[in-house]
Amino acid sequence: MKQSEFLNLVMPFKDKVFRLSKRLLVSNEEAEDATQELFMKLWKNKEKISSYKNVEAFAMTMTKNYCFDRLKSKQASNLSLVHSNYKEKETSLDKKTDLNDSVSIVHQLIAKLPEQQQMIIQLRDVEQYEYEEISKMLDIKPTAVRVALSRARKTIREQLIKQHNYGIKQN
Amino acid sequence: MELNKIEQLLEKYLNAETTLQEEAILNDYFTNDLVAPHLKEYQLLFGYFNESKSEKFTKTIQLNSKKTNWKWLSLAASVVLLFSVYTGYEYDKSVKEEEAKIAFQDTQMAFKLLTKNLNKGNAAIGYLGEFETTTNKIFKQSKK
Repeated sequence: MKQSEFLNLVMPFKDKVFRLSKRLLVSNEEAEDATQELFMKLWKNKEKISSYKNVEAFAMTMTKNYCFDRLKSKQASNLSLVHSNYKEKETSLDKKTDLNDSVSIVHQLIAKLPEQQQMIIQLRDVEQYEYEEISKMLDIKPTAVRVALSRARKTIREQLIKQHNYGIKQN
Repeated sequence: MELNKIEQLLEKYLNAETTLQEEAILNDYFTNDLVAPHLKEYQLLFGYFNESKSEKFTKTIQLNSKKTNWKWLSLAASVVLLFSVYTGYEYDKSVKEEEAKIAFQDTQMAFKLLTKNLNKGNAAIGYLGEFETTTNKIFKQSKK
């Protein structure tokens, strides 16, 4: 397989890989590095690629695993880094909410969900994959996908209503 | 789209029972400005999803590893270390040789001094021998 062929194959889902990494790793730089690293890995295994039925789904699974590894190594070796990242993110979000950018409230709420639910929300509501595809990517049962998704959606909605009412009371 | 239908769909949506098509209908509804006030929170939600979809990976994908290979660095470091240890050892050896040479010269000089003095002593022994022969003559004569 030539480099150009490979790029044509992976280009359609590079943004999806990036967005999923960013959802999990929070920081933009981390997500960019992860995306870069992931495509390098795919390229190194290019011989095997043709044997996968669905390269995109395979790439998403790889992204999930890679991000989990990153998170684990960060937690194990560099807790302060994670912490400072969160802080930085929160201040920028605070600024945003001050500017009344209500869209970022949703971002904040999703970030508080368990990782599994974050991924499912990302894959379903942003990337619009079928339940079946998601269950394969995450290696869990389709019913488990639905349960987690339902839980995530309900939590976000409840929190949004809470914040909305709070905002009204304040004004 | 009737409000009734939307509310039904939302119920299904929260239970994660909607299909992608139905979710697209909801998305269409909430991206419009005419949203019923009690459903405002969904407008935020779908607005966020739509915004998230537009985020792109802007860097170009590089397939050739740019990462420095740290293994080579460690190899180079060990070579440098070995070399420095070796040269240090060699230097130490040459210094020791120098010291040994000086010590050798010193002892040589000391020996020379010693032999010189010893020879002086030997010369004195010659006189002593002469003295002995004369005394022998005297004693032999007295015995007679």
